[in-house]
Parts: sequence; structure tokens; C-alpha cells
Amino acid sequence: MGRYVVRRLLQMIPVFIGATLLIFLMVNVMGDPIAGLCGDRQCDPATAAQLKKEFGLDKPVWQQYLTYMGNVFTGDFGTAFNGQEVTELMSTAFPVTIRLTVVAIVFEVVIGITLGVITGLRRGRPVDTGVLLVTLVVISVPTFVTGLLLQLLLGVKWGWIRPSVSSDAPLDELILPGLVLASVSLAYVVRLTRTSIAENRRSDYVRTAIAKGLPRRRVVTRHLLRNSLIPVITFIGADVGFLMGGAIVTERIFNIHGVGYQLYQGILRQNTQTVVGFVTVLVLVFLVCNLVVDLLYAVLDPRIRYA
Amino acid sequence: MGGATHAKRVACAAAVALAATACGGGGDDSGGGSGAGGGVLSSSWGDPQNPLEPANTNEVQGGKVLDMIFRGLKRYNPQTGAAEDMLAEKIATKDSQNFTITVKNGWTFSNGEKVTAKSFVDAWNYGASLKNNQKNAYFFGYIEGYGKVHPEDGSKQSADTLSGLKVVDDRTFTVKLTQKFSTFPDTLGYPAFAPLPQAFFSDHAGWIKKPVGNGPYMIDSYTKGSQMSLRKWDKYPGADKAQNGGVDLKVYTDNNTAYTDLMAGNLDLVDDVPAAQLKNVKSDLGDRYLNTPAGIIQTLAFPFYDAQWNKADSDKVRKGLSMAINRKQITETIFQKTRTPATDWTSPVLGKDGGFQDGLCGDFCDYDPEQAKKLVAEGGGIPGGQVKISYNADTGSHKQWVDAVCNSINNALGNDKACVGSPVGTFADFRTRITQKKMSGPFRAGWQMDYPLIQNFLQPLYYTNASSNDGKWSNKKFDGLVDQANKETDTAKAIGLFQQAEEVVRDNMAAIPLWYQNGSAGWSERLSNVKLNPFSVPVYNEIKVG
Repeated sequence: MGRYVVRRLLQMIPVFIGATLLIFLMVNVMGDPIAGLCGDRQCDPATAAQLKKEFGLDKPVWQQYLTYMGNVFTGDFGTAFNGQEVTELMSTAFPVTIRLTVVAIVFEVVIGITLGVITGLRRGRPVDTGVLLVTLVVISVPTFVTGLLLQLLLGVKWGWIRPSVSSDAPLDELILPGLVLASVSLAYVVRLTRTSIAENRRSDYVRTAIAKGLPRRRVVTRHLLRNSLIPVITFIGADVGFLMGGAIVTERIFNIHGVGYQLYQGILRQNTQTVVGFVTVLVLVFLVCNLVVDLLYAVLDPRIRYA
Repeated sequence: MGGATHAKRVACAAAVALAATACGGGGDDSGGGSGAGGGVLSSSWGDPQNPLEPANTNEVQGGKVLDMIFRGLKRYNPQTGAAEDMLAEKIATKDSQNFTITVKNGWTFSNGEKVTAKSFVDAWNYGASLKNNQKNAYFFGYIEGYGKVHPEDGSKQSADTLSGLKVVDDRTFTVKLTQKFSTFPDTLGYPAFAPLPQAFFSDHAGWIKKPVGNGPYMIDSYTKGSQMSLRKWDKYPGADKAQNGGVDLKVYTDNNTAYTDLMAGNLDLVDDVPAAQLKNVKSDLGDRYLNTPAGIIQTLAFPFYDAQWNKADSDKVRKGLSMAINRKQITETIFQKTRTPATDWTSPVLGKDGGFQDGLCGDFCDYDPEQAKKLVAEGGGIPGGQVKISYNADTGSHKQWVDAVCNSINNALGNDKACVGSPVGTFADFRTRITQKKMSGPFRAGWQMDYPLIQNFLQPLYYTNASSNDGKWSNKKFDGLVDQANKETDTAKAIGLFQQAEEVVRDNMAAIPLWYQNGSAGWSERLSNVKLNPFSVPVYNEIKVG
């Protein structure tokens, strides 16, 4: 187990370097970021040159990358164009996005798995058909439509919630954005759990458990659910990283100043430091989530062993 | 009332499963509570692109804050745009080149420090110095010694202070310019010329975190990237005291969300009504909506470095294209009248006395397909057979109007392929291509004035090698007239000369004027007396709450 974890951690290094290099190159290909800083006019050449020097943009790209990576390992993610340290931006943005992601994941786990189990156990019944239909609708409607619609209905027409999230983004204000963010994944989790449960219901060990005279509740939770969760866990694990990075649309609609907001602004202003910094952290989150998912397999299914 | 509450309770109960958020909140927490002494209003904001230093702020969002916390020697009248004395007691000159400026007595910064001649001189020296990376440094370019503190080739600066600035006594300083510039005093209302307290230099990092100025408001708290709370400064010595308790600026990523928040009663003032909502704004807000001209003009510039566009008869092609654009229809359908068809190269905010001349463009700005076709043919046809209008696709709704302009041109010329839009992904990339002279056809050019002077609409845009002369147009006659106008001490005569220069722009059609842009604002029922100044920034200090 320990050796497996170490090996996986080592494997992360090349993935990490490759991902950051790609992002770095992509942002650089977009053109000269200084040109956009002076509005609809040309920066005076002396100031532009000075700014380039300060941000290290006058050096060849490979050298910029090496310097950047060197700094990253000492915890220095550089400075954004508005004079703020990228680490400072991260310290305000990540807590918000993590909170939002947690809300979304809780929705996925609680509502998604519950509905999945119910429909899986009652295949073909009206409940099952109903839920399937709803999930189909949710999956096919884009997030920004769901978001804007709910915002308009709950926030403006009925006045139950604030349409936008205030700047400290407390948990209760994040419930609706979290639900919107989770909606599509939630529908997938329902369907995934349903299929998995329906399949495993007919397996030998369930029949044995029932024959042993175990109460139905115990059969479902201990035996059936535990075995059926493996694909669901894989999905949710990968989703953590996906939700954190993919929250741009939701964060824009509800004016949440999280990772998506910083990334959006960074891309718009061609701020290499911000974009690469945030994406680097997101890559790390993704890698760690994957590792945790793999380790969870062994917990859920004792037959799986890592050496 | 009881019925409503009951209905609300039921509705809340039903919503618990969906979103157990602040029920009963509704409208009563609008505007961020009550500060002492007058209500506090909340207003939409965007994250400023640069640190909030006066000489480093060149966009509206940062400008909003500077307008609240700083007062300069002059201030532009929010209604007329005329430059009026603020901190200046007297700006005297005999030759339009050497100025003696006297600062009024009794002004202080909100930290108690006196505003003196030194506060100005130090601030201007800081702004001009190359090592401080100030993006508005070129504003000090007319002052003697600028070449030494800000060498154009980026070589090492040989001086730290401008030799043209001298402190005479506590309240007097002199300015020596490199050339005659009669309207120089009128440029001093630009925020880059604001005075700075000593704290700016001694504790720069601390100042940037929480800027201190001499305006009617002071900054109470500032959370970068999300919110700034400004409160009324009770001891403000000026006449234009704040009529409200303060302003909370809230950063919105998307102006649609800000508008939604205004509808829901969470926000008091939106100064950028999204294009998509323009159709509903009358029914949503009624008379709580304002749409007034701002000092912004949109034009199409041409790449004069491309020989194809700079032939002897090319002006006919440009004039023809101008006449092929149905400005009226586009401003009405796409912009819902938040733009006004342009008939000259300045802006209506200048007023007739300031040099705005309605109809200076004449027939060339009127839609006339017949004439357009004829002129384009006379000019040798469109270079390369197709006009490609470049624009940046990331901000504004540029795609819509560029497509409409192309449609109009195609219809007028009777050729489906005469014009096509050519989007560039980001604004920064768009600017890169312009500065590297890579444009092969007309491109979007917008100009927001720095100060309400006709000079500012002509010189930076059309003077040979000027900072915003993106098309690299060059004309000796135009340059000569501008030089002459700058030397002229009589304002009316100077404006006349600038208008003659503008006629040169017209005769060559150096850029196609499209439309003047309006500023828009919508507000909640709590507010009254909301106005926009010529820079399309709300006049915050005059807004009344409650």
C-alpha cells in the first residue's frame, strides 16, 4: 500500500510538468499581454519595455518557464498585473470555490445516490421512469440556462434568495449555486447508481444475504450499495477536480469571486502568472483526487489489493 | 400584508428542499445597511486593471474611485464638461508655455496632511518617472525635462525629477512646457494630475492597500477583487460635499448579474446596463434609467502602412465605405439608441463652444448606396476585393455591430462578399496586432476622451506618430494646423483651428466615424438625483439616498 502510494506520487511529477508546460505555452501563444494594458492606445514604448522586464516577458519562453517553475517550488507564484501576489488571489479564491464544490458534492452524494438506490430497486415503476425523465431533462439543458432561470425565478420573481452571492460567500448563499453546479453531475450519479444497483441486485451474494435472513435494510446498505458504489466513486472523485475548474459559468452567473472568476479574468487580461498558477493548483487537485479514488476502491472492495 | 407573509412562509417551506437560503430576506437588506449620517448606496464595479495610483489608472473602473477620493487643480463640470478651478486659485501664464500655479489655502488630505504645491510636484514627478511604470506617464510629456526622466528608447533615465517643475513656496509652483500649449490648464482635471500625500511615497504598499486622497470620500475598507467601501469624509473642505453617507462598490464579473441584483433590490446603482436588457429597461425601471452622451466615439481606422489602402485615390474608397454604412438603422436596432450616429470626429459632450460641430462630416456620413458604389468604383475598388473588419471578440458586443456594418456595406455595394468581420480572440492580442502593424484592412477603433477638449479627440488619434494613431495616418497639413492651434492663446481661435484640422481628417477620411457612445445607468427607488458625467461615471457625490 505504502509503496503504491509513493509510486503514484512519483508518477505525478511528469504529469504535473507536462500540464504546466502546456498551459504556459498556450497562454504565451495568445500574444503580448502588455499590449492590452493601456486600453485603446499604444503603451509608450519605454513603459512597455520596462513592464516586460519586470514581468520577465523579455526573455525567451523556455527561460520564462524555468524561472517560473523555480519560483513555484519556493512558493512564489508571481504577481498579477494589478499588483497583487497570485498566492494572495489564491488564498481568497480557493476557499470560496472549495466551499462551492463541497456543497455540490454533498448534493451529488446525498440526492444522487439516494435517488439512484430508490430507482435501482424499483426499476420500471413510475418513480423510476419519473426520475429518469427528470435526469434526462437536467442533462440536456445547459448549466447556464438552469442557473439563469433559477436565479430569475427564486431571486427576482419570488425573492426567496439573493440573486448574487456576497463577497464572503457564506455557505447558505452557496446552496443554489452549488445545486446548479452539481445538477448535471447529479443526474449522472443517479443514473450510474441506478444501473449499478439494478445489476448487482441479481448477483449471488445478494441472494445469499437475503437467504441468510438478513434484514432488507442491511442487505441494501452493507452488501448491495457498497459493491455498487465503485463506478460512482470514480465518477465523483474525478468530478471534484472538474467542478473546481469548471465552475466558471456558475461563478459568473452568481457573481462568486472564486477560482473560475480569477481564471476568467486572467485569461481575458492574458495574465500568464494568474492563469498558470491557478491551473497548476487545479492539476494538483485533480491528481490527488484520482489517487484518493483509487485508494477508496480497496476500502470498498477488499478483493482489490495494491502492492 | 398578512396574506402576503403567509404566502411567503408557505413558499419558503416549499423551497427548503431546494435552497434553504435567507427566507424573509427579500428587499430589506438592500444597500448594505445604514451608515451614520445619510444612507449608503451600493453600486456595481469592475476590478480595476492596475494598482489604484492616479498616474497608473487609465480605465473607467479605477477612474470611478479616483473621482471620489481625489480632487485636482481643475474639475470637469459634471454637466457641461467645462474645466473649472477646484484646488487651483490661479493658473497664470503670459506665453502659454510658462505657467504659475497657485494652490488654494485650506485643503488637506483625509489623513490631515496639508495639500501644498509640493504635493502636486512630487506626484507629477512620480507619474512621469520611467522607473515607476506609470501607464499615464505620457500626460507629463509636455513638461520640460520629460525626455530625461522618461527616455523614449527605454534607456536609463538620467534624472528623477522634471526640470520644468519648480516649487516656489508652500502654495505656488511653476510649470515650464517644451512647447506652447494654450489649453494645458484645462487638461489638469485629469486624475493623473492629482496631488499625492507623503504617505504615498513613504509607505507605498500600505497606501496601495488603502489609498488616501483629498476628495469628498475616504476609503473605509478595500477587499481587492470584490468590494470597496467608501464613506463620506465629513471634514472635506470643498463645495461639492457628498450628499450621501457613502458608497459600497461591489465587483461584478457579469453586468447581467448586476442588473438582476438591481431588479431584486440587492443593488442600488448599475452604471452599465447590459445590451441584452436594453429592450426591457423601460418596463423594468421606468424613469429610473438614464441614457446620456459620453465622451466616447467609435470609428473604423485604416492601415495606412499597407500600400493597398494608401493609394492616391484610396480616400474615395474610404468615403464610399462610409456612405455604405447605415448608421441610423444600426444604432436603432442593435444598440437600441444607446449610440448616436456620428456626424463629426469629436463628441457632443464638448458642446458647440468646445468644438463639437454637428454635421461636419456632411454627406460622407449619410447613407447613400448609389453614391457609395460610385465612389468605391472611382477609387479603384476595394483592395483585395474584400474588406475585413477586425475587432476583439472578448469584450463588448462588437461582433453584432461589425456584422451589421458588413451587411450594410454588402447591400449597398450589391456584393455579398464585399465585407466580412474578422474577430481576434482577446483584446490584448488585438492590440498586439495593431501595434505590430499587422492589420490588413479596417479595424475597430474606440476613443474615450481623457479630458473634454477637442484637442484630445484629434491630436492623439491623427497627429503623425501620436500615441493612439493606430492606422499610422500622417498628414502635414493636419499636423501644421494642430501645432498652430496649440500655440494659439485665444481659446475660440484655437478651437477654430482644430476644426480646420478636423476638416482635413474628413477630406482624407482618415477614419470612418461610426457613432457616439452613450453612458447608461439604472437605479433603485431609494436613490434620486443620479447623473452621469461626460466620462460616463456616475456623479456619486450628488446622489441622494432615501
